Amino acid sequence: MKLLKYKLLGLAVLLSSVLLAQQTPAPKQTQAISIEGATAHLGNGKVIDNALIMFNDGKLTFVGSALTKIARQGTIINAKGKHIYPGFIAPNSTLGLVEIDAVRATEDENEVGTMNPHIRSLIAYNTESKVVESMRINGVLMGQITPRGGRISGTSSVVQFDAWNWEDAVIKEDDGIHINWPNPFSRGRWWLGEPATLKENKNYNKQVDELNTYIKESAVYQLGQNTTRHLPYEALNGITTGDKTVYIHVDGEKGITDALRFKQAHNIDKLVIVGGYEAHLVSNLLVEQNVPVLLQRVHSKPNNDDDDYDLPFTLANRLVNDGVLVGLENAGDMERMNTRNLPFLAGTCAAYGLDKETALSLITLNTAKILGIDDMVGSLEVGKDATLFISEGDALDMRTNKIDKAYIQGRDVILKSHQTELYERYSNKYKK
Amino acid sequence: MIRHVFFLAVFLCSTTLFAQEYIPKNDGVKTATSHYTALKHATIHLSPTETIENGTLVFKDGKIVSVGKSVNIPKNSIIIDATGKTIYPSFIDLYSTFGVKQPKREPNHSRSPQYDASREGYYWNDHIRPEQNAVDHLDYDTKKATALHKAGFGVVNSHIDDGIIRGTGVLLALNNEGTSANIILEAQSAQYTGTSKSKLSRQAYPTSLMGALALLRQVHLDADWYAQGLSKEKDRALEALIQNRTKVQIVEAGSKLNALRLDKVGDEYNTQYVIVGGGDEYEAIQDIKATQAKFIIPVNFTEAYDMEDPFLARSVSLADLRQWNQQPHNPRILAENNVEFALSTYKLEKEADFLPQLIKAIEAGLPKEKALAALTTVPAGIIGQSNTLGTLKAGAYANFLVTSGDIFDKKTTIYENWVTGVKNELEVAPKDIRGSYAFNLENEKYTLNISGTLDKLKAKTKTDNTTLGTKLNVTNDWLQLTFSTVDTTKQEFIRVVSNLDDTPVLTGKAYLPNGKELPFKAVKQTADTTTSDDKKDDDDDDDDDDDKEEETPATVDNFFPVTYPNLAFGFENKPQQETLLFKNVTVWTNEKEGILEQTDVLIKNGKIAKIGMNLNAKNAKVIDGTGKHLTAGIIDEHSHIATSSVNESGHNSTAEVSIEDVLNPDDINIYRNLAGGVTSIQVLHGSANPIGGRSAIIKLKWGESARNLINPHAPKFIKFALGENVKQSNWGDAAKTRFPQTRMGVEQVYIDYFQRAKEYEALKTSGKPFRKDIEMETLSEIINKQRFISCHSYVQSEINMLMKVAEQFNFNINTFTHILEGYKLADKMVEHGVGGSTFSDWWAYKYEVNDAIPYNAAIMHNAGVTVAINSDDGEMSRRLNQEAAKAVKYGDVSEIEAWKFVTLNPAKLLHISDRVGSIKVGKDADVVLWSDHPLSIYAKAEKTIIEGVTYFDINRDKALREAVAKEKNELTTLMLQAKNKGLKTKPIEKKEKAHFHCDSNF
Repeated sequence: MKLLKYKLLGLAVLLSSVLLAQQTPAPKQTQAISIEGATAHLGNGKVIDNALIMFNDGKLTFVGSALTKIARQGTIINAKGKHIYPGFIAPNSTLGLVEIDAVRATEDENEVGTMNPHIRSLIAYNTESKVVESMRINGVLMGQITPRGGRISGTSSVVQFDAWNWEDAVIKEDDGIHINWPNPFSRGRWWLGEPATLKENKNYNKQVDELNTYIKESAVYQLGQNTTRHLPYEALNGITTGDKTVYIHVDGEKGITDALRFKQAHNIDKLVIVGGYEAHLVSNLLVEQNVPVLLQRVHSKPNNDDDDYDLPFTLANRLVNDGVLVGLENAGDMERMNTRNLPFLAGTCAAYGLDKETALSLITLNTAKILGIDDMVGSLEVGKDATLFISEGDALDMRTNKIDKAYIQGRDVILKSHQTELYERYSNKYKK
Repeated sequence: MIRHVFFLAVFLCSTTLFAQEYIPKNDGVKTATSHYTALKHATIHLSPTETIENGTLVFKDGKIVSVGKSVNIPKNSIIIDATGKTIYPSFIDLYSTFGVKQPKREPNHSRSPQYDASREGYYWNDHIRPEQNAVDHLDYDTKKATALHKAGFGVVNSHIDDGIIRGTGVLLALNNEGTSANIILEAQSAQYTGTSKSKLSRQAYPTSLMGALALLRQVHLDADWYAQGLSKEKDRALEALIQNRTKVQIVEAGSKLNALRLDKVGDEYNTQYVIVGGGDEYEAIQDIKATQAKFIIPVNFTEAYDMEDPFLARSVSLADLRQWNQQPHNPRILAENNVEFALSTYKLEKEADFLPQLIKAIEAGLPKEKALAALTTVPAGIIGQSNTLGTLKAGAYANFLVTSGDIFDKKTTIYENWVTGVKNELEVAPKDIRGSYAFNLENEKYTLNISGTLDKLKAKTKTDNTTLGTKLNVTNDWLQLTFSTVDTTKQEFIRVVSNLDDTPVLTGKAYLPNGKELPFKAVKQTADTTTSDDKKDDDDDDDDDDDKEEETPATVDNFFPVTYPNLAFGFENKPQQETLLFKNVTVWTNEKEGILEQTDVLIKNGKIAKIGMNLNAKNAKVIDGTGKHLTAGIIDEHSHIATSSVNESGHNSTAEVSIEDVLNPDDINIYRNLAGGVTSIQVLHGSANPIGGRSAIIKLKWGESARNLINPHAPKFIKFALGENVKQSNWGDAAKTRFPQTRMGVEQVYIDYFQRAKEYEALKTSGKPFRKDIEMETLSEIINKQRFISCHSYVQSEINMLMKVAEQFNFNINTFTHILEGYKLADKMVEHGVGGSTFSDWWAYKYEVNDAIPYNAAIMHNAGVTVAINSDDGEMSRRLNQEAAKAVKYGDVSEIEAWKFVTLNPAKLLHISDRVGSIKVGKDADVVLWSDHPLSIYAKAEKTIIEGVTYFDINRDKALREAVAKEKNELTTLMLQAKNKGLKTKPIEKKEKAHFHCDSNF
């Protein structure tokens, strides 16, 4: 009996090490921390050499030069020669919604149906995900968890990556609605013997109409006097007041232009283009209507044979130069595990035209502004969350992105992961 | 049965010309015709090169008796006056499906794949069908035959367009009145081959082009073996194949790339195919010429795209725009390069398009006699019927066209298409009544002037001083003329009706406005009475012709140049080797010298000639490398770009297939990889089966042919694979029948195959007869250490297993590729002597990569494994320098060693490090000039050089971007103009390029 008990205990330990591998979330900040001597990249375009950063109770209390005569508070960390960054933000992400792409049981990103504004990603977000914890070691500390599929995929929420549960994790609940804009192209039904090429989508106008009708009906619903509740329409409440942002996932010039008309037609307060492969062709419209872009994965192949080989690398630069507010997103193949490469997407933008600090803002302050969380995070400024990290070198370059310390809301985050543990275990195996 | 009834009906109704004397007759008296038919006074094209004026053609019983300027016309001849007409031998189409019932796919509701053959007593693969004879499936279609008549065709060689080997064709005369007894000119003429599977079977193998090519090789080897009487069982397919080998072999390639591929495969079993091309042969004309094959070429020139919607127009590639401009030149370019070719209706939507399309090719410079030869003497020669088809000479079939003139002129009409002496009247030839006539009506003298073309006559009636409004209508043998009266103040008309005969007089009746009916007689004036002002009138009339609506013809002058490859960023002239001197550059040698600062490197004759300070060289192009880095070119151990197929998943072992067979040099990803500093790659088979296909190790020589991409110094490699892919874990519930479905089964697959290979080898060396088997040959090479394995692998258990299997058979695994759990058994890998080529940081996409860690490369490296970092992805491959840098981040590998992960180490794993992988005097000059530290994300490749040839230059790229934009604009404008002229355009379709990786099932 005792033996069985031990066996069960052993099994439980084993199981927990397999299933519940996440590192324990860090406790609340109880003591002030002062980081001194590092180069601070504020995320808003500014850099402070030999900086002093202080935070307490999870909030930044001082951001300035280390030459400033001010009392250092709490624990002092000497970070001379190192670099400090605000935590990177991964928008339009499915982290925590799927663990292993090929295992269906771990998939929670795509609900049945076409009009699903009421579907909420937050409650399915798995804080125990081994993939999520692997983000932190690269400086990616927050994400916008976004459902996929359908015409209206659902509602996203913004979370931070060190939490016991989704309630702890949330930074902004139900921040916006995600719409997949109809594609002006459709593909031949190859299974019926048609060529699998793309051609004009004859249903495009109809599909746009359906969407327009749906939004109009929801607007009427918000006026009240309804006899029955309509969950999806209710979820659309707030898109005209700015309480909820509308994220339109669209790449082509035509689609983007139509999406901007859609914004005007329905008095949508905050609209964001997600993807935006051809957004640079309509920069003037985007600037005019104050619509930002969450730009598609920078490390992508060009869509057309004739495109410049580096077109995806240069898109951010083109948009920024035209005055568009740009953040970087990373949706696509194997997107979750790949999200830890977000800093290098920004690095590539710097290699292809942007200055490094502007490139940095594409994954920090710009994204925070686009997601409407820039009052809390996105840059190293007094009063904001102490969500930041220290890197040995330039964090936008994989050659030098090496993180010693990361803080989320002032909490000293454990940088270990399932992966570092295996690293340690097997490195030791061969040392013997 | 219905068919037979039909033939019987035709037989009974027609006055059959060739009823055999031995056929009894019970419905009347027996008759036979014995007369001759003679066409006189025609312009006769005896052959493409021989024309006679005022000639005579005499034929009897379907064959020509005599033809010439002065021939003896037998008394019992029906004589036809063909004055003003032109006679051509009728056309021959060698790639047709006319008149042969084509198989249809049976609906099937089973979703699980079928691995075994459906038939017994035939070859093991249902898609090999040499025993099929098109003649057994005749289904003569009169309507379709008439369409072919109108396009000028008299004879087609038709076949069953189904399967890889399709059996024999049938040579058919398009004689609508005929029966099987006389439409079949040859019952088994030529054997047909293709690369697509039969609709009659769902057998999975081959799933890919490379599988089809391997199958062709193997079935021919098996036929050799069978012919020696070594088979214990009867195989009716192989027997038919052996029989058909004496016939002309026609293979459907459908594109220039496939033409080159199939020609090469055919050479291996001593078959020179006649190749059915794709119309893109001009893009690789030198290679096409080098095949020495004869071609059958389509004229399905693409229509202009409808470019009015700029959003859609943007998605059309330069390559597709160019096609529209260039394709009509294909026949000309083939002719100029002395490639012998026949023309075909292949790929055309309808037969009526044939002549208009061909005329485009002639406008583009194809000489008319070549065009005619391509439709007559060349196909006749290919099919071995030069004596009876293709020319008009005594003894040949009376297959000819009677036309109004030059058959390659748009305005020409084909009146008659005679097939084996039987007339098919297509258009009634109008009588030539053109000329000036004089007549009198009620004492008024009139002249009538008829001009214009025969199918569009124009008339003018005049009195001495007035031109009268005139309308002329000629139908069959009647003329109707209406003209206004002399008194033009009245709206009154005189109408004339006349019967036409062959005299120069029009005789009929005139109906006057007052109701009078008068006899009418107009006499044609002699030539000198028609004055030159008639001609002028003609010119005036031409104004209302619709010629202006026509397309600007494709001419040699407006031909857009072909580039290598023929798409955006191709070279107009292939780049040449240069002597290059890099000055003051930071050199990453990958040798014991390490990184040399401010050093000069001289490249000469494609090799690294000198490394040192203050180098000088005469005639060298000097490149300032100040602040820049020079490294060996990046080598990707695991790539799936530059290929047309990746996986042959029809069997669990496909060692017989080879990526070398299906390389695609036109893949834009080659250029993009060059722009990322990649110079060599291993193009691997995918991971659909435990024993995959053979690799191609290539250099990214952009613009070269597939053959020239292959690195001739690289050893032989093959792809193996383990884990979820080979046990089809993620293929859906239908894919649960192929062995193996577990890792346990995977081991047994290997042991089984290697054991069989050993036994095969033993039999082979014993001197006893054996059946040559490409798969077993390949596996023997592995056991004999002549071929290396690169094995897709993830989980430690199976990695360990494969090493142990190899050890059982006394060889080593060369490389574990991906090897994401390599870190768990790095010690065992070192012991076995296997290298690891891994991803930098991929994981979590399958269950088996749950323990994949980015520290893998570092741990394996530290344990002594030769480590490379690979891409398996056409996007990431152009950033492999950054992937190497991740080994610095994850696991603190030194920069010098990390850089070797994507250069020297993959070179070692591929056994090509004696020539590439480092900067060392005497090695190939495969180098990259970087703008920055090569491991840095800020580094850009500025020049990528292979064997001293600069294949990528960042400045040239800049210039090309402008050139591409300019050319697209020009072509867009031309297409818009085409639409404005009312020409048919086609809607835009964007061709999506497949993004291949291991799992791609092609």
